[in-house]
Amino acid sequence: MATELAPNQVVPPALPMTESSPRRKRRGGRQRPLWRDLLRYRWLYVLLLPGLAYFIIFKYLPMYGLTIAFKDYVPFLGYSGSQWVGLEHFEALFSGPDFGRLMINTLILALLTIVFVFPAPIVVALLLNELRIRVLKRSIQSLIYIPHFLSWTIVASLTYLLFSVDFGVIAGWLHSVVGGQRVDYVAQADWFRPLIVLQLLWKQTGWGTIIYLAALASVDTQLYEAARVDGAGRWRQFWHITLPSIQPTIVVMAILTSGNLMDSGFEQIWLMTTSLNRDVADVFDTFVYYVGITQGSFSYATAVGLFKGLVGVVLIFGSNLLAKRLGQRGLF
Amino acid sequence: MARSRSVRYFDSPGSRAFDVFNGVLLTGLAIVTVLPMLYVLAGSFATESEISSRPFFLWPEKFVTDTYRYIFSTDTFVRALLTTVAVTAVGTVVQLFLTLTMAYPLAKRHLPGRALVLNLVLFTLVFSGGMIPTYLVVRDLGLLNSYWALILPLAINPFYLIVVKSFFQELPEALEEAARIDGCNELNVFLRIVLPLSKPIIATFSLFYAVAIWNDYMSPLLYIDDSKKWTLQMIVRQLTAANADSANVLQQLESVAFPEQGLKFAVVVVATLPILFFYPFLQKHFAKGVMIGSVKE
Repeated sequence: MATELAPNQVVPPALPMTESSPRRKRRGGRQRPLWRDLLRYRWLYVLLLPGLAYFIIFKYLPMYGLTIAFKDYVPFLGYSGSQWVGLEHFEALFSGPDFGRLMINTLILALLTIVFVFPAPIVVALLLNELRIRVLKRSIQSLIYIPHFLSWTIVASLTYLLFSVDFGVIAGWLHSVVGGQRVDYVAQADWFRPLIVLQLLWKQTGWGTIIYLAALASVDTQLYEAARVDGAGRWRQFWHITLPSIQPTIVVMAILTSGNLMDSGFEQIWLMTTSLNRDVADVFDTFVYYVGITQGSFSYATAVGLFKGLVGVVLIFGSNLLAKRLGQRGLF
Repeated sequence: MARSRSVRYFDSPGSRAFDVFNGVLLTGLAIVTVLPMLYVLAGSFATESEISSRPFFLWPEKFVTDTYRYIFSTDTFVRALLTTVAVTAVGTVVQLFLTLTMAYPLAKRHLPGRALVLNLVLFTLVFSGGMIPTYLVVRDLGLLNSYWALILPLAINPFYLIVVKSFFQELPEALEEAARIDGCNELNVFLRIVLPLSKPIIATFSLFYAVAIWNDYMSPLLYIDDSKKWTLQMIVRQLTAANADSANVLQQLESVAFPEQGLKFAVVVVATLPILFFYPFLQKHFAKGVMIGSVKE
């Protein structure tokens, strides 16, 4: 059984899942020879071919390319000609000076994401759900979705224009309130993490509400009517109906988030990294770029990337298992 | 989206107070969300001295278009803009073609081999080769410094593919069956029956794909060294990023006097505007697109 996800949003499990019909049985149950299938469905296979070629070339060839993580890749010798070195690159990573810093930076950003970024859309969706003036609700939704469609380059530029030391609006405002020396928020290491969290909140909170609002909209209104008849006030309705109704969605989103904990968002981090804040800014994703592309150590960089990818796989399966153990419906 | 109107709360004073508080809070949130964009828009029409002297404004005291005239007079910027438009247009067509043609056979449950291909696709959602191996494939294909490197490595978004596949699956089988009885082969069924029925989803995903290419910064960073082939996002980054390598790319290349700060505002505006222009269309469709994908198999 495979699971299918749409970007950023997963099925509110409150909705019925379709596609239950079993695979159609062939007439008479006979096994047709392969060539007859190929001939019969030739046009379908022709249509399938370009897309399949894409996946093989740009998704599966790179997976084969992961073998260079265990080799000493020399471009001149190619994938197969390069020497096997076993786990040398991984040993270098784990015993090297960068590993601790990368791990800590990645984990702190992940922790900040869980604490601040993950709950934000839930809270906003619940508040929006309580809003009774429809026009207002619609307009607010339209406005808070916008940042999702802006590029990280634009977000970084906006941050710069608002927080930079020489003319940034917010920087100037903070200076007039706090006083003292002018602070270069964008370049300073101390402000790197707060700015990253702020950017994530600004860009993704609104968009993140969509999935929760969909779950909230699918709640049977009879539940509320029944609760009212029983004398439940607004708070009790919220506590006993609204909140439980989005709980499965929250679990699914939590699984997805934990699967992505190692992905710190390359573009965002890269764009906010300065020479002054690299100690706190470097995460696995950007480190792979520095080592691989800038310095040309392809094998080492690939090993770092592979390590990160494997941790991600463990995390997503682990949290899925955990959710099931806790009696929740998992993702797969 | 909203809960049915038949649901009314007890209108206790506390409940009403909460409504007022909630309305004000959310309105404030929405305003705070758009204020930075409005400020940058206003700043792009302001004079240099106004940007550096006034703390915050949504309407410039003196309305000037110097910055826009300047950036559109530089080759660097105009070239990047045209490059981005062209790459986005071609890329969207390529991506749509690949996504639609692949999704259709995958929607046919009886197709032998379908499960295998579907699992190949789904596996890429959990695990991937990552940055360096993908870079090496692109390099080995000779695509470095080619515009195709901005399109092909991201040609199919597996999430979108699955959403489109689910959409095709939900189309009434009877229509296709009728066409088949009339002698249409699968290709004609796809072209004449299925595609015309899929206009909404085609519209949705062309917008999503276009936005993704337009906004892409990582691909040009990885694959394009030649600054003459830079896209808009690269220019934006070079001009305004905190760690911009050169304080001024345009000046370096053109060596003309220029409105230094206003320039940054204007470049950000031009790079954002097309997205804001298409935003109403995007918004109309995305909720639908989002929900259609919510199918488990």
